[in-house]
Amino acid sequence: MSPNPDFNGGFHPASAVDFLPPPQLRELQLTRLQFIVRRAYDRVALFRQRMDERGLTPEDVRGLEDVERLPFTTKTDLRDTYPFGLFASPLQEIVRFHASSGTTGKPIVVAYTQEDVNDWAAVMKRCFLACGLHSGDIIQNAYGYGLFTGGLGAHYGAEALGASVIPISGGNTERQIMILKDFGVTAICCTPSYFLHLIERAAEMGVDLKKLPLRAGVFGAEPWTEGMRQRIEAETNLKAYDIYGLSEIIGPGVAMECRHQAGPHLFEDMFLPEVINPETGAPVPDGVEGELVLTTLCKRAMPMIRYRTRDISALNPEPCACGRTLRRIKRIARRTDDMMIIRGVNVFPSQIEAALLAVEGTLPHYQIIVDRVKGLDELEVQVEVTSEFFSDTVGALEQLRQRLSHAIESIIGIRAQVRLVEPHTLQRSEGKAKRVLDKRKL
Amino acid sequence: MKLNQLSVFLENRPGALSAPCRALARAGVNLLTLSIADTQQFGILRLIVRDWARAKAILEAEGCVVQVTEVLAVEVPDRPGGLADLLEVFEQAQLNLEYMYAFSVKQADRGLLVFRFADPDAAVAALRAAQVVVVNEVELLRRLDA
Repeated sequence: MSPNPDFNGGFHPASAVDFLPPPQLRELQLTRLQFIVRRAYDRVALFRQRMDERGLTPEDVRGLEDVERLPFTTKTDLRDTYPFGLFASPLQEIVRFHASSGTTGKPIVVAYTQEDVNDWAAVMKRCFLACGLHSGDIIQNAYGYGLFTGGLGAHYGAEALGASVIPISGGNTERQIMILKDFGVTAICCTPSYFLHLIERAAEMGVDLKKLPLRAGVFGAEPWTEGMRQRIEAETNLKAYDIYGLSEIIGPGVAMECRHQAGPHLFEDMFLPEVINPETGAPVPDGVEGELVLTTLCKRAMPMIRYRTRDISALNPEPCACGRTLRRIKRIARRTDDMMIIRGVNVFPSQIEAALLAVEGTLPHYQIIVDRVKGLDELEVQVEVTSEFFSDTVGALEQLRQRLSHAIESIIGIRAQVRLVEPHTLQRSEGKAKRVLDKRKL
Repeated sequence: MKLNQLSVFLENRPGALSAPCRALARAGVNLLTLSIADTQQFGILRLIVRDWARAKAILEAEGCVVQVTEVLAVEVPDRPGGLADLLEVFEQAQLNLEYMYAFSVKQADRGLLVFRFADPDAAVAALRAAQVVVVNEVELLRRLDA
């Protein structure tokens, strides 16, 4: 086994699996794949039904390549079985729920057994180790705590690492900066756009981030770019690392960059990756872009077999200078659906549509405008005023605006600025309004 | 007694006002009086015209959102305290006033104001009882033409 160069003192046993020789890794994956397919088949009605329709049984998984014969799981399946329909563990064994945005009003629910929570902490610990963090580091966790997986996911991983964790959660930028400075924080976890906002705010407050011991940023939960990385690193002394994850699979900790910052290594012993042509569903070779499909190899409460992430990526099998044998994924900048990630929160236009419909009774013409102002994502929903909803008094129109804004916030979980506009002013193409205008430079 | 006022939704941006005004101008519609309520985001243009139904059709053909609202044209003595006295009448009758604006025409010592009440019918009754002159459409046009 090769020495682990991440850890200053040398090899760290918790990362051993990152360096497994490929044949051993494949063997481990196959054992786990057989276990998880058997578990899902025995306990999840939808999966069993789909296997039966294909005339497949768990015994048909003889090699890793047999994964391609298994049925896909989609976000729609999670919605259709809301809330507990895909659980493979009885509720008594569930110790944690998380939830993320569904495509309409109802969220997607995910669940964890105690073993799942432990596995998650272990894989998050490997993320921190990969970017050179260890016990003794002071980690400010500015991911949101709550139903969102980001906060608790990073929290348990950082504790498992033995770091000192500051569970500050999101928001309150001034307090974030004060604590960064006063506590001598060495690493921060948050969305990259929020960190850019924090950089700007720190400058306004006269705090020089370059003088702080901050040396690593674990940034994820939204797409970002090399340009953002360069800007963050130019204005601070930290190294910005890309972390990838999604609630349906486990949360953060599916893939993480090592100190070479050359694309996130996917923890293949836990999550079996495939890349497919999103149109045909056929697998594409390593290096070719397509939709990332993941199978959870260990998750007990909610096994995901061939979950279609909708994220466009490619698997990079080239050896990395760190020595990890885990393949890397190409930075995710696009999706196959219309999901937007705003301040780390998944937002679908259909959710906003549901909110507008709930308030007005009929669907008005609307447009969603996403912009990044001072490093922070802003969401504006422009709604055309119709004669049914036009009122002669300013107060009534303001109330309408607030009702719309409140309805949107209660569904997607983040604040949206609602702007009432004149009829026929929103752009339409082929008779249909262009729903989303994303002005962020990603 | 009541007048029909047209309200038009406007965005708060340069040029928003000119489109409805130009459309009415092209059709030869004269504005008897108007007011604009504005917020940071949007505005409401309120108009009194001779033929409100025709003006409404013109504006709607232009793509505007138009609403018809009942308002009262009320005479106000043109002297210090004239409006204050009138407002006292409203207060005593517990009339809820949404907004007001003025006509530029004036007759001798009386001005003419447009009031929008939450309940226009209650306002008519209360003003009558207080012997305040509410000018109807026929009388209004007569005065404007004079």
